[in-house]
Amino acid sequence: MTEFFEGLGMSYEWAWTVATLVGILAISLIVMFSVAMVIYVDRKVLGAIMLRRGPNVVGPFGLLQSFADGLKVFLQETIIPSAANKGIFLLAPIITFTVALAAWAVIPFADGVVLADINVGLLYILAISSLGVYGVVMSGWASNSKYPFFSAMRAAAQMISYEVSIGFILVCVVLWAGSFNMTDIVMAQKGHGLGIVNGFFFNPLLFPIFVVFFICALAETARAPFDLTEAESELVAGYQTEYSSMSFALFWLGEYANILLMCSLCTLLFVGGWLPPVEWAPLYYVPGIVWFLLKTFGFFLVFSWIWATVPRYRYDQLMRLGWKVFLPMSLIFVALISGYLMATGHFAK
Amino acid sequence: MIQTLAFYLLAGLVIASAVMVILSRNPVHSVLWLILAFFNAAGLMVLVGAEFIAMLLVIVYVGAVAVLFLFVVMMLDIDFAAMRAGFVKNFPLGIAVALILLAELGLGIGAYGAGGLELGASDEMAPVRDDVSNIASIGALLYDDYIILFEVAGIILLVAMIGAIVLTHREPKPGARGRQDIGKQISRRPEEATVLKNPEYGKGVEL
Repeated sequence: MTEFFEGLGMSYEWAWTVATLVGILAISLIVMFSVAMVIYVDRKVLGAIMLRRGPNVVGPFGLLQSFADGLKVFLQETIIPSAANKGIFLLAPIITFTVALAAWAVIPFADGVVLADINVGLLYILAISSLGVYGVVMSGWASNSKYPFFSAMRAAAQMISYEVSIGFILVCVVLWAGSFNMTDIVMAQKGHGLGIVNGFFFNPLLFPIFVVFFICALAETARAPFDLTEAESELVAGYQTEYSSMSFALFWLGEYANILLMCSLCTLLFVGGWLPPVEWAPLYYVPGIVWFLLKTFGFFLVFSWIWATVPRYRYDQLMRLGWKVFLPMSLIFVALISGYLMATGHFAK
Repeated sequence: MIQTLAFYLLAGLVIASAVMVILSRNPVHSVLWLILAFFNAAGLMVLVGAEFIAMLLVIVYVGAVAVLFLFVVMMLDIDFAAMRAGFVKNFPLGIAVALILLAELGLGIGAYGAGGLELGASDEMAPVRDDVSNIASIGALLYDDYIILFEVAGIILLVAMIGAIVLTHREPKPGARGRQDIGKQISRRPEEATVLKNPEYGKGVEL
């Protein structure tokens, strides 16, 4: 896109700046639109599993429900509790939302369709997603209310515990792919399974850590069965309790943008990103972005399926799972996979 | 042009937020300013082309250390009156520490300016190689040239970690309640846990 703006008679620097800004705008719009649609899908799936109809009034099949909700919260009054720490109270949802969008900068939607093709892409995602906890912690503290504060403490401990395992899992993927760059990681999965199927998913050594990664993604985004930060039976709505109108909506949007990010990470790291599932020439006529979106959407369906079927974990069980099961397991797999790669001379190339 | 702008923006923000860490009255605000300072320092690292260090700075300092820091500070019950009461008493000590630091800084800068220190290649920068990525070159240095030092550092950290665990670990008293066996909990069936009774009106149930 930089070349296009250079063609309009701009210097390279300005063309690059304008191109990047346009890219940021495009990605934010696409992500926000997908979030709106995905919230609708989530409610539809939940309705279907509970033998209800789900949203079906606004627009055909209720498709415009999320936009109606958006308009509604936009027109509502913003209430700031009198005992709240005003600045931080207002800053917290903005941080959650910004961080949820910022990570999309390095996600390749198709071959070459990426805003920043940096060679520390995966580390960037890890860094940005570790910032997500600040929105929750700040809102919990600034609300000056019991339930949000409990929720903030739970969220901080939960996110830190599961980030450790996610880090080790990413190390396994990076070892096999030999790069931190997202595009290179996807290309390393081309024909990975005997030259027939694309994706680390089909690797017997990497499949177990894929399962662990998926469960960690559920915990990292505080989705059921790990939604203890907003357990409505104990904490009203957790850290969002004191929020209303647009600041509440920002939390909501940020949360779903994070869920979509985790789904797309599963897609990129394990299921071959924009590559078709099977290495067969006619499948390459389908544009890469279609495969990427289909796979991401598939993972999202699993997210909402789990939401509707699995009961919530107890907090001590959550901690036990994170520290005593996933951490040793991912650590063992790091040793196992690097050992296998050394033994087969993978690094010699 | 844009890089210069970005540099002054990030550097200005680092200094401003570092000043705010000291000036803000609320410790939680101080920690949040500190986080902003870390974050902008990472931005400066990206500008000089050390993107790996920048990401590590964000992951380790912002993502882990500062979260725990914020966590602890948030739990404190801050009494501003008590904090201000100690000000006069601690003032001489604080001033002394500040003066010593200032003198050290002055000496350091003086020695550097006089060329008394050999801080690597200060005049000509090491040539930037575009063909090797940051991660690859740091990895090659760390695991080839400095492998012994790296492993010694690892062992020291491991010892520190085990030491912390040993110091804080308390064996539960034998027979103490509150110890949960997850396997036992989830293998419980309704038949062992519930009894179905049909009591007569006005009479209790013997269990």
